[in-house]
Amino acid sequence: MPTNHGTSISSPSIAHQPLALVNARLIDPERATEVRGGILVADGFIRDLGLSITADNLPPHAHIIDCGGDIVAPGLIDMRAFLGEPGAEHRETIASATAAAAAGGITTILMRPDTTPPVDEAAVVDFLLRRARDTGRVRVLPAAALTKGLQGLEIAEIGLLRQAGAIAFSDGARSVRNAQVMRRALSYASDFDALIIHFAEDPDLAAGGVMNEGEFASRLGLMGIPREAEAIMLDRDMRLVNLTRARYHAALVTTTLSVDIIKKAKAAGLPVTCATSINHLTLNENDIGDYRTFLKLAPPLRHEDERRALVEALAEGTIDIVVSDHNPQDVETKRLPFAEAEDGAIGLETMLSAGLRLVSSGEVSLLRLLNAMSTKPADVLGLPQGRLAKGAPADLIRFDPAEPYVVDRTKLHSHSKNTPFDDARMEGRVKLTLVGGKIVHETI
Amino acid sequence: MSELPQKIRFSHRHLLGIEGLSPLDINALLDLAEGAVEVSRQVEKRRTTLRGRTLINLFFEASTRTQSSFELAGKRLGADVMNMSVATSSVKKGETLIDTAMTLNAMRPDIIVVRHAQAGAVHLLANMLDCAVVNAGDGAHEHPTQALLDALTIRRNKGTISGLTVAICGDILHSRVARSNILLLACLGARVRVIGPSTLLPPGIERMGVEVFRDMRTGLKGADIVMMLRLQRERMSGGFVPSSKEYFRFFGLDQEKLALAKPDALVMHPGPMNRGVEIDSAVADGAQSLIREQVEMGVAVRMAVLEALAQHLPNS
Repeated sequence: MPTNHGTSISSPSIAHQPLALVNARLIDPERATEVRGGILVADGFIRDLGLSITADNLPPHAHIIDCGGDIVAPGLIDMRAFLGEPGAEHRETIASATAAAAAGGITTILMRPDTTPPVDEAAVVDFLLRRARDTGRVRVLPAAALTKGLQGLEIAEIGLLRQAGAIAFSDGARSVRNAQVMRRALSYASDFDALIIHFAEDPDLAAGGVMNEGEFASRLGLMGIPREAEAIMLDRDMRLVNLTRARYHAALVTTTLSVDIIKKAKAAGLPVTCATSINHLTLNENDIGDYRTFLKLAPPLRHEDERRALVEALAEGTIDIVVSDHNPQDVETKRLPFAEAEDGAIGLETMLSAGLRLVSSGEVSLLRLLNAMSTKPADVLGLPQGRLAKGAPADLIRFDPAEPYVVDRTKLHSHSKNTPFDDARMEGRVKLTLVGGKIVHETI
Repeated sequence: MSELPQKIRFSHRHLLGIEGLSPLDINALLDLAEGAVEVSRQVEKRRTTLRGRTLINLFFEASTRTQSSFELAGKRLGADVMNMSVATSSVKKGETLIDTAMTLNAMRPDIIVVRHAQAGAVHLLANMLDCAVVNAGDGAHEHPTQALLDALTIRRNKGTISGLTVAICGDILHSRVARSNILLLACLGARVRVIGPSTLLPPGIERMGVEVFRDMRTGLKGADIVMMLRLQRERMSGGFVPSSKEYFRFFGLDQEKLALAKPDALVMHPGPMNRGVEIDSAVADGAQSLIREQVEMGVAVRMAVLEALAQHLPNS
């Protein structure tokens, strides 16, 4: 597993008083184990865990939290979120996004680099790491642009950006249209063992489309984006990965066609992983209803058959990772006719609860869900988080998966309120979030 | 139409589309429109149904015939009619759609007729306005009064709609007229065909209860009604079809192709026509053409719609 060194600036300060979470269901999605017991945290790391950790045998002065049988699991790691800085502070800031993340149990966020200006210079990476240190409540890791100015024409300074602390390379919501540029970017990145994250969608085939192509789009009189737009680009990428052997992560796969492509690539031994968004796992195109722009996403929400296939692919592991695809948009860009409205939905705060719907419906096991939201992204990003083990960073969450609540968008922490789950009935609100042993969110 | 007609069986507050209307709703509007046709043919065309009411025509997309049709309909019912078109409004100065609507809303209109280039824009406005809203065309979504006037024209000429074979030909993909007509005609029991090149057929259209034809000659066989659609100029040169010349050859309605339909088949077009692109002048002006009658029925149907909505206006 590669190690990342660029995270030191953004690590939140460490709490020195020992902290113990006792009387908990300890779920370790790395080893797929669940045990009763407690967990002892000191100096930002997990010191000990298991049955032996009870309220009676703890160090003096330890702060003890009785979890009352709730789940304690590794904090979640979100590999795709737009955090607004720099340039879109009216939509979101690192402060507001990380408050939402903490409330949602996300302890590490990989930032999208398609900001204004884009993260294509070391100075911007440095700026973000400092902003994250000073204003962030959870860990924030910058991804950098794959091509200069996100233009898809010239390779960005991958080496320098990596040294500055960028831990992955991506053009955010854009696809690299030119296969020659993509090939060279992959080749060059592989020299640094850098991870490439690509949003695969053929921009020409998708042009003009505003929702999933099919009967529903036709009924609404909206132009569609065919599933093939994603598949064609992903298929091209797999061939380029085969050529270059670069580490490749598909940012969002949303169709059965893509799942099949990834499955084949993995079987052929390519260094490939993929994610899908919590929205594509729990919503479908019919949720758009009468032109609800909060459901306008990129890639678009698909047919129910596709959604079910994605859930299945997540359960069996072809889809490695679940992301929030957090994309805050202000009111004005959403209060428009559907085709003119911006894409995107916020998701940091509701990702876990929405994912738990798949667990309570029996479609995905709790272990697999948590694995896809913590261990797997940690492995792909080369992070020590995402596991419950002695010596692992104490990024932890506590939740009761059966505790019901209703989403009230006005109460969400994100600066923008464009949630597709407004008024939705959810289960499993996060009660406690620790980052580096420090409490960053706690409900009373 | 008497001054105070019997209670109109139409329970909707807005007319946003044909979708959601029942056969009863549609027939109630058509029956009402029959009366309006008579009124419009008299010397004294003025009625008082909408006296004191304000009707705003809010057109974000240019339209001569639909706008003037609504204007006349409103005036014949005694309403004060104001026309707002995008060229003279502040939309071009950066005011948003919602701001424009809310500004007009504050002027307390009773009915707003909206046309917009984007599907769903009229729904968006209807959710924010206090008055009744009529969709005069939203993107490629719906144009309900066009479908109603087409139905009225068909019913007056064929006596019924149920059981007829109606072929809708041309650019189905971008056509709100096609969508509203498919919904309405199927609702009243017609057999609906759509004919066009694959590039101009919306994906999944066959699941909207229509028969799909890519060959016009096959599609026209046995048709009672041939409904032509306008092909916009920018779609003629390579984007969707190679050229207007090629389009006319394969999908333009001329006497020869029309001869494949039933001998008493009737020809319709929502206008404005591209003569020589989708329809030959001889057919457009020929004995089987209902195109001018459609325009007359347009005013009548819009009078009926306004009257039906007026019964739900507050204080009436």
